[in-house]
Amino acid sequence: MEEVVNLFHGFAVVLQPFNIMVMVIGILLGVIIGVLPGLGGANGVAILLPLTFSMSPTSAIIMLSCIYWGALFGGAITSILFNIPGEPWSVATTFDGYPMAQKGQAGEALTAAFTSSFVGALFAVIMITLVAPLVAAFALQFGPAEKFGVYFLAFCSFIGMSKEPPFKTLAAMMIGFALASVGLDQMTGALRLTFGFTDLLSGFDFLIAVIGLFGIGEILLTMEEGLAFKGRTATINSKVVLQTWKKLPRFWVTSLRSCVIGCWMGITPAGATPASFMSYGIAKRTSRNGRKFGTGEIEGVVAPETAAHAAGTAALLPMLALGVPGSPTAAVLLGGLLIWGLQPGPMLFVENKDFVWGLIASMYLGNIAGLIIVLTCVPLFAAILRIPFSIIAPVILVFCAIGAYSVNNRTFDVMLMLVFGVIGYILKKCNYPLAPLVLAIVLGNKAEEAFRQSLLGSQGSLAVFFSNGLVGTIMTLGLIALFWPLISNGWAWLRSRPAY
Amino acid sequence: MKRGRASAETGPSHRAVEIGVALATTGFAVLVIVGSLRAGIDWGAEGPRAGFFPFYIAMFILLASMVNLFSAFADSPREKLFAQWGQLLRVLSVIIPTAVFVGIIPTLGIYVSSALLIALFMKWLGKYRWSIVALVAVGVPVATFLVFEKWFLVPLPKGPVEAMLGF
Repeated sequence: MEEVVNLFHGFAVVLQPFNIMVMVIGILLGVIIGVLPGLGGANGVAILLPLTFSMSPTSAIIMLSCIYWGALFGGAITSILFNIPGEPWSVATTFDGYPMAQKGQAGEALTAAFTSSFVGALFAVIMITLVAPLVAAFALQFGPAEKFGVYFLAFCSFIGMSKEPPFKTLAAMMIGFALASVGLDQMTGALRLTFGFTDLLSGFDFLIAVIGLFGIGEILLTMEEGLAFKGRTATINSKVVLQTWKKLPRFWVTSLRSCVIGCWMGITPAGATPASFMSYGIAKRTSRNGRKFGTGEIEGVVAPETAAHAAGTAALLPMLALGVPGSPTAAVLLGGLLIWGLQPGPMLFVENKDFVWGLIASMYLGNIAGLIIVLTCVPLFAAILRIPFSIIAPVILVFCAIGAYSVNNRTFDVMLMLVFGVIGYILKKCNYPLAPLVLAIVLGNKAEEAFRQSLLGSQGSLAVFFSNGLVGTIMTLGLIALFWPLISNGWAWLRSRPAY
Repeated sequence: MKRGRASAETGPSHRAVEIGVALATTGFAVLVIVGSLRAGIDWGAEGPRAGFFPFYIAMFILLASMVNLFSAFADSPREKLFAQWGQLLRVLSVIIPTAVFVGIIPTLGIYVSSALLIALFMKWLGKYRWSIVALVAVGVPVATFLVFEKWFLVPLPKGPVEAMLGF
């Protein structure tokens, strides 16, 4: 049981006083980010990334991943108390969470949400502990064709699984790839797509895109809607917590199913948001109280929260083991790894054991600390949401600008951030998904490198992607994921035909 | 929104914006194609040349843009608004001050610019008393300065005011 030994070593790393402090700060910042409109997991982590430049990589990843856990927890607070989802993955939590708050059961709803989040995350972390080393060991055998196959699979699942129109997803994704290819071509050293602008020599940094598209874009959307927060007050005391905890074991089936849905959707890059909707939908269909969903059923809070948190956590598995992030936030964490001088992917498990197992151990402890912090500090976080938008908005803008500047110490990036913000606002309103765009900017160069190396080996023949069982299987899975809507519709049509 | 306030309910149609976005992505695709052709899309001594990959990427953008353009013409309802003019005005009231803010960072430094941006928002959109405005507008940059420059040692752009204070 080498993993167990490694994990305990990881716990020893995390339990150093400095790392514990970093963890608590990360969670507090994360919850605040999750609560505030315009700041989400991905851009929150991106903005705070510069703060970690002077830390050791292990402390840095603990802080950033804890910001992520905090943001996942924080999204539930605004959904339940204010009916405003702080994060896209907590939209489904508003369906039953807000009605519960209206009935005066806010404390109960929050306890259920936090506890479910915790259960979902714990399930996903255990899964990561057991599965990630195996996947990484397996992936060590991958050549360029297999690597490209994995990217292909990841991006095809985006198109097949997203709720946005497939050609809009394709357009957004390919724009991301095009942006990634601007600047110096890493394989030949030639310049491309710079059109003579020296500012474009180093290309587009995806962190700038994340801060602009998600941060600035979100503020513009919030501003458009005009803001009037009308929230419910909530206090959580130990009596409410214990009472709710007594009720929760009844929903173990829903909870387990949501964990599995969440892990699956997190590993394939569908992400936390569809996972929460899917889990809510299935719970509604299968539950005995299904018809009462939407009126304040506690099960309607358990299902989406468990799935969202499981998905959010599971998204780190492919990031760690394969170097393919499962969500925009995982992509930002991956960007962090590169900045701290680590190479994400299977070699991480061989060369940087301390880092990997420190991170996995911090997932366990971070979520426990997160649960305690959110259960005890709800009134404080709810108070933050009562700060008027005319104060919050400029402060968030300032932080976005600081974050964008400190990525490369360039003011040009701050301008770029604003441009990305406006583009993000328009694309979002026109139903173009932003996550594949960002992931394509992150992975563009790696995917291209794998593609071109494969072609080099085969003298330009595309058959290389089906040249052996392994790469053929991955590519076929990718094609199935790509055409999944067509396949499932066709299947349904075949079954609905009367048998003669 | 209640009916009757006709002026509040006009704005660009969703259809027009969808078409505009599809045209913009088409233009972007063309730009990438031109750039790729310049970099060379054929095989050189070292394998596929720099423009090879982006060229095919641009083809996909072009294809997707065409489909999106077609569906914007075919499916988008004419009546649906993208946003009301009043809403767009509010959006602009964020974009324009932020653009000015970004523009003055190189000369004034990020701290003074931030103070001005926060003060403007609070006074203009929030209508706060000057005392509160001053408190937040000065407090936030000072706190940021302490956290970034002193604690985490991340240098940010500074201007004449910081120079006067000796930083």
